[in-house]
Amino acid sequence: MDAPSTPIPSGIEGALDVTPQTRPRATYLEVLHDWIVTVDHKKIGLLYIGFALIFMVVAGLEAMAIRIQLAVPHNSFLDARSYNRMFTMHGTTMVFLVGMPILFGFGNYLVPLMIGARDMAFPRLNAFSFWVSAFAGIFLYFSFIGGLGLAGAGTAPDIAWFAYAPLTERPFSPGHNVDYWALALLASGIGSIGTAINILATVFCMRCPGMTLSRIPLLAWIYATVSFLVLVAVSPLTAAQVMLLIDRYLGGHFFDTQAGGSAILWAHFFWIFGHPEVYVLVLPAFGFANEIIPVFSRKAIFGYPAMVAATVGIAFISLGVWAHHMFTIGMTSFGNTFFTLSTMLVSIPTGIKTFNWLATMWGGKLRFATPMLFSVGFLFQWVIAGLTGIMLSVSPWNWQLHNSYFVVAHFHYVLVGAILFMIFAAFYYWYPKMTGRMLSERLGKWHFWLMIVGFHLTFDVMHIPGLLGMPRQIYTYEPDRGWTLLNQIVTFGAVIQAVAMAIFVYNLVHSYFAGKAAGPDPWDAWTLEWSTPSPPPAYNFPVDPVVASRRPLWDLKHPEDPDSAFE
Amino acid sequence: MLWNVARSCCLSCAALLVWPHWPGNIFSTSSTPAREVHGLSLFILVITGGIFIGVASLLVFALVRFRHRAGDMTEPPQVFGSTQIELAWTIIPILLIIVLFLGTARVIFAVQDAPKPASALDVTVIGHQFWWEFRYPKYNVVTANELHVPLSDPQAPTPTFLKLTSADVMHSFWIPRLAGKTDVLPNRVNEMWVDPHEPGLFLGQCAQFCGTQHAKMLLRVYVDSPQDFQRWIAQQQRAQQSGTPDPAPSPQGPNLGNDNPAAGVPPNTPPTRGEIAAQLKESSDAITPEQGRRVFEEQACMNCHTISGTAANGRFGPDLTHLMSRATIASGIVPNTPENLRIWITTPDELKPGSLMPAMHLNDLQNAQLVAYLTTLR
Ligand code: HEC
Ligand SMILES: [Cu+2]
Ligand SMILES: [Cu+2]
Repeated sequence: MDAPSTPIPSGIEGALDVTPQTRPRATYLEVLHDWIVTVDHKKIGLLYIGFALIFMVVAGLEAMAIRIQLAVPHNSFLDARSYNRMFTMHGTTMVFLVGMPILFGFGNYLVPLMIGARDMAFPRLNAFSFWVSAFAGIFLYFSFIGGLGLAGAGTAPDIAWFAYAPLTERPFSPGHNVDYWALALLASGIGSIGTAINILATVFCMRCPGMTLSRIPLLAWIYATVSFLVLVAVSPLTAAQVMLLIDRYLGGHFFDTQAGGSAILWAHFFWIFGHPEVYVLVLPAFGFANEIIPVFSRKAIFGYPAMVAATVGIAFISLGVWAHHMFTIGMTSFGNTFFTLSTMLVSIPTGIKTFNWLATMWGGKLRFATPMLFSVGFLFQWVIAGLTGIMLSVSPWNWQLHNSYFVVAHFHYVLVGAILFMIFAAFYYWYPKMTGRMLSERLGKWHFWLMIVGFHLTFDVMHIPGLLGMPRQIYTYEPDRGWTLLNQIVTFGAVIQAVAMAIFVYNLVHSYFAGKAAGPDPWDAWTLEWSTPSPPPAYNFPVDPVVASRRPLWDLKHPEDPDSAFE
Repeated sequence: MLWNVARSCCLSCAALLVWPHWPGNIFSTSSTPAREVHGLSLFILVITGGIFIGVASLLVFALVRFRHRAGDMTEPPQVFGSTQIELAWTIIPILLIIVLFLGTARVIFAVQDAPKPASALDVTVIGHQFWWEFRYPKYNVVTANELHVPLSDPQAPTPTFLKLTSADVMHSFWIPRLAGKTDVLPNRVNEMWVDPHEPGLFLGQCAQFCGTQHAKMLLRVYVDSPQDFQRWIAQQQRAQQSGTPDPAPSPQGPNLGNDNPAAGVPPNTPPTRGEIAAQLKESSDAITPEQGRRVFEEQACMNCHTISGTAANGRFGPDLTHLMSRATIASGIVPNTPENLRIWITTPDELKPGSLMPAMHLNDLQNAQLVAYLTTLR
């Protein structure tokens, strides 16, 4: 990759690295070896991201198969079993092999750079975590081979991503599909826990001089909170997988209802992981917004302390709401009331965040480069997703909406409309730092607008079949229910999204070779990662940077009006 | 983007208003639990809609008003926060939540803790991989897939209280126009109730993924006038008269014609081998309900199905005692016609791949006899 070719903003020399980046050309084998044995947080971050992108394409194709099957009633594109495998794998993949890895990837890459550290606290643990997660993904997909092979989708799991007991017990799921699922999640859980420990240690122990906890970028705060949530929430999931395997192979009866076990117990274990997991995925998206919106509004984030408090508040509240996924399971009226209230409480800190982003934009000078476009899309969609979330927290209404397409539409609003949009924003924003090249703005705009149209066609319309009684996870439906046209629109929107996705992938590849050189600080931003060359050298900073405020580069660029004077 | 949002909002409203009578519309209710939810949902929609309009217009305003103008090289004034403003947007949501919560709590208790009147009818619902069993303990009636409940007059309510449990995995009982869903769990009994205000057929389906044929675990609820309901009960209570053929020839009858040899080969079957075709033709007079009953009792059918008044008392599959009183078979997926019955007992996978009724590999003659018998089970 090229050395920086654009001039470096003046005044920040102290933090700048001018070491020449030339080395003799390595052979392919050396490069490969280097990537496999690397313990550099940036390379591991990129490995995570690349791995997640591959699985994103795979799970996206699974989604397309699902949408084609549902385009007409009584379709025979997929048979019942293959369809069930498709949505199980789509959900499991998107959560465990795309969402978590891609967010951990960005976290790995950015957190040390942003807090002025040279690497993560435990570089070897970092590499271990990645390779365990990668193994989990490959292991899970290995299930496609075997049994009836690919066409019959092999022994891929067909138990839905929440794998409710007792369907997963041996009498109902003989064979090995559940084993693949449980072991893959067990492995990926170990990887996630390792990374969580690592990020926590990094944020709390590796900050550069002057970087007090009240000065670390909000993104680092968020990653610390997320890591705490991962520790608390992934452990029960891991425990549940072990219990399930004990049931299946060692004669246990935790979830074996035929021997007095409990189906509800599994639901509790799963959702006590499952709900915080939503925040594990969405908080990093908030973190990206916290960095991107201020830079493109040209203003400091509004209410930094409130943002930190809201983040931590969300994390705590989100540990007490899991049973809102179980309003129909037969809880008492008291239980339903409690979880309605606790769930509604989440909207207070999230509301604070939303309004603070608005206030950050208020009075700013908004520049609509692609990262900002995606962030604005995120804001709109996040508000809607939050409001449908309130509807779902109303337990009586939830009795109708639960497990219907309304829920599917709601959580895709969160996962695609909010999280994926912010991941795209993050790519456009940090890709220059990671590769030294800008992504094409022209393709970026195409990507954005097609995504917006496709997204809204798909997921706005998808709410309606839910209101008309269409349950999720059905491989086909009756023509007389009034769902047909709506499903066709949804499928059409999905095709548009697939085109947008293809443009994005093309942009990633094309710009790597032919993109404009980025220079260290293409967005005129303020956090420490922009003080290093793009891509940063292995050691990140030649000398420890010293900071005096939340926006060290602002201070350097605006000595007449430094933040440090106000903090 | 805005245009998209607006367009899809209009579309949704249109969908719900123009097609109010679509079978699963949760806004076209006809029983108290669903109606309570409906009312509450409108209240929530108004409040959340208001919030959306407020926030969205602020956002649009900011996007237009504060966009960067070309040539402007200065940075805007830096503002770091404001305690008053932040307090305001903490307290206002808290107040809104109190309102939403109180409205919700009222409906939770009104629906979930409603007292059960003495006039209520009890029905036990048992979920099976991929069909429904209904038991009326008071009347000693057992049926499958098509639930009959009496109309409930608001003046003198006769609600139906359902006790739900599962024979295997988790299912969920959902008739959107009558009530929200209630999960059906093994090793546990859940309860729900309905008091339908209008007669007719209400459709729903299993709403909890329960395995291969979850999608075809449909549900039909017939709301009968009190007289019709009593008539239905009386008819369901009759045992089968040990397989005596119907005095009147059944209107549709087994569809294997006697006069036309070609009709002996039913459509949609793999070409029958010559001998069987010949056998069919010769023994067309052997296609009698009694023959069919014998086949039923000699084959494994009787281990899985009950036909009261006969030796068949299996419980793995639906009770067939009054099979012909049902409009559909295999939990609502196809109309109950002799032809569909024949396809079903020959190759269940053709209609419902992965269902737990096995193909019994009987010959065409036996299948024809079985159909002749099954169609007498009125
Ligand atoms: C292994 C147990 C088993 C055997 C043996 C069996 N069935 Fe079934 N049968 C079932 C199950 C389970 C269903 C429900 C399938 C579904 O709807 O998913 C069923 C459904 C049916 C139905 C449809 C009932 C309805 O109202 O939907 C008919 C008719 C029927 N079986 C007839 C027969 C006949 C005739 C035989 C013998 C040739 C037979 N079955 C043998 C298990 C069995
Ligand atoms: Cu949740
Ligand atoms: Cu079911």
